[in-house]
Amino acid sequence: MLPAFSSRFRLFKKYYSNRYENIIITNYLNCSTNTSIDKDEEVYFKKHSTEWWNKMGDMKPLHSMNKVRVPFIRNGLINTGLVQKDNFNNATPLKDLFILDVGCGVNFAIGGILSEAMARLGANVTGIDDTKDLIEIATSHAALKSDLNNLQYIKGTIADHAQQSSNKYDAVVLSEVIEHIKEKDKFLEACVNCIKPGGSIFITTISKTNISWAGAIVFAEQFKLIPSGTHQWDKFILTHHLQRLLEDYNCRTCLIHGLAYNPLMNSWHWTKNTMINYALHAVKDV
Amino acid sequence: MVGTTLACALGKNTKLANKTILLLEGSKQFQWEPKEQYSNRVVALNLNTKSLLSSIGAWNHIAAVRYGSVKSMQVWDAVSDAMIQFNQDDYLDNVAYIVENDLLLHSVNRELAHVQNVNVLYQAIVDSLKLPDVNSDTSKVLLENGKSFTCDLLLGCDGANSKVRKTMGVQYLSWNYNQMAVVATLKLAENVDDDHNTVAWQRFLPDGPIALLPLRKNLSSLVWTTTPNNAKTLLSLPEEQFVDEVNSAIWKEYPKRSIVSDVMKGFDRFLEILRLPSNAVRQLPPNVSGIEEGSRAAFPLGFGHATKYFKPGVALVGDAAHRVHPLAGQGVNLGFGDVSCLNEILGDAIYCGSVIEDVDNLRKYETERQRHNIPTMLAIDGIQKLYNTNLTPVVLLRSVGLQFTNALYPLKVTKKLYFINVYWYPSNRGI
Repeated sequence: MLPAFSSRFRLFKKYYSNRYENIIITNYLNCSTNTSIDKDEEVYFKKHSTEWWNKMGDMKPLHSMNKVRVPFIRNGLINTGLVQKDNFNNATPLKDLFILDVGCGVNFAIGGILSEAMARLGANVTGIDDTKDLIEIATSHAALKSDLNNLQYIKGTIADHAQQSSNKYDAVVLSEVIEHIKEKDKFLEACVNCIKPGGSIFITTISKTNISWAGAIVFAEQFKLIPSGTHQWDKFILTHHLQRLLEDYNCRTCLIHGLAYNPLMNSWHWTKNTMINYALHAVKDV
Repeated sequence: MVGTTLACALGKNTKLANKTILLLEGSKQFQWEPKEQYSNRVVALNLNTKSLLSSIGAWNHIAAVRYGSVKSMQVWDAVSDAMIQFNQDDYLDNVAYIVENDLLLHSVNRELAHVQNVNVLYQAIVDSLKLPDVNSDTSKVLLENGKSFTCDLLLGCDGANSKVRKTMGVQYLSWNYNQMAVVATLKLAENVDDDHNTVAWQRFLPDGPIALLPLRKNLSSLVWTTTPNNAKTLLSLPEEQFVDEVNSAIWKEYPKRSIVSDVMKGFDRFLEILRLPSNAVRQLPPNVSGIEEGSRAAFPLGFGHATKYFKPGVALVGDAAHRVHPLAGQGVNLGFGDVSCLNEILGDAIYCGSVIEDVDNLRKYETERQRHNIPTMLAIDGIQKLYNTNLTPVVLLRSVGLQFTNALYPLKVTKKLYFINVYWYPSNRGI
């Protein structure tokens, strides 16, 4: 009885998680292929792109997530000694640091939600994304703010960018990106290649557990916290798998925190539980 | 006062160092010279307000000039024997500081002069305001002299008649108490040692409370809440007669109701059996011998509360958002509490890469302050209503309640919150 149920559950889960992928793929199969992005997802993200800068709109969990992920990045950089002492508790703690915010066509953070926050803290931020529309939204939004001249956006893939800018950045940020990537190893290799030795990589993503399927897909979509089809469970990654991948590219994990979302208050907080969302900070070996 | 302190606190916040702040001040540039005579307008600052002023450096200037220390408070009822006392553990620390309004403003101004990113514009009368809408993200302020300014975040600290609040169109709940507060600087008869005039006295008369706040060894500041008619009479009396009225208000015996006295005596015995402090020990208030010349004044009292403290790009601070009865000396402390809270929230938000006008931060400010302000204000209003009546059952209930509260430390702690401040360590049984 139980095994039968469990296998059916697995089938259902697979169907439920991937139902949008199937639909979209049939329509857009003829799109040109690319190494690291999924075309079907790009189409989906384009569809929701107009909602990007509406703080109460579809992307509201991403706006409120800044309240935990920006301090996570800031404190991580302070703790690894990259921030100068004079800049502690200052208006621009990340001054003189180079940060790459990787979007790769599907990054939630890119619409500039995260890039702009880091630029306001004084960092020289490069946002990279392969979706033209998202880059346009981000660029036009940043242009509204005259004080953000330390922020630039590039349209392109991380693989291409890594070739020209290896060992260039103090930190690379992959916020809510890696769960949309199929070939995680190649993708991470390119990202790590951009980091200076001693620099950091910050990742926030979703774990691959039954609970994350129930929470981040079924619950989140049914209660309209995120638009249907945002996530595909197959592409989620467990904490220790991600850690292992990073170790392959000489990155030592120094911190893993669980993240929990409170939909009633639209707020995020840290938790011990890494079964659904988590944040990871790793440092590249010198 | 609150607006200047806010500008100073924000200007000194290192996390907001790259923001420019403009303070629009309606009056002329404030000049203050140390004077022998005390001003009749004083505020009772609680410990939180003192630490805010210390953190911006203004307290040093106050301490260098003068302030009154309140080491204990005695509050008692005129129509019954009920009373309550508050003090810090073993009278080591003050429960409040009495500072003249002018000295406080002068001290903050002195600090503000050193803050680089704050500009002050005096005699700036606001003609009209335009808040952010679909067309623009910024607020626009037009002055009567034709100058106009735009800003990302507009903070309204413009008092109980706030123009900012009216422009925001938020709901404002308000009523008048039909009471006036008469203030004066009193000379005390006993030439007590410097350390000894450290008790704040408050007696609840049928018309309203009368309070004596210590300024220095033989000077106290009077805040006497009474009916508007009585207030007018008091202001017009010759000074000697006014002094008699004050003494009579502090000392006069009102006819006690036998039922209230009997119940209280019975309750006292009950407390003694439980070995809880009874009402027996009471300090005697001082006699007033005279007033400082021309120090009398009166002002009307009211209650007001804005249901919302913010709208996109604009927030209310201090009296613009809330106004209370002065019986607990809390009005200005609530305002300074807003300043500390807003300063911290904006600093943290900027340190997290947020923009200063982000409504999430303003909402957080509103939630945090309303959670504190509303219960405090309701308690003050409740006390005002409870003591503004002569109905025997109410007198009975409030007397026994006060007696019981005085006996029980934990209750006294919570009640004291509304009276003077939040830090209190139980130990004493009166003097």
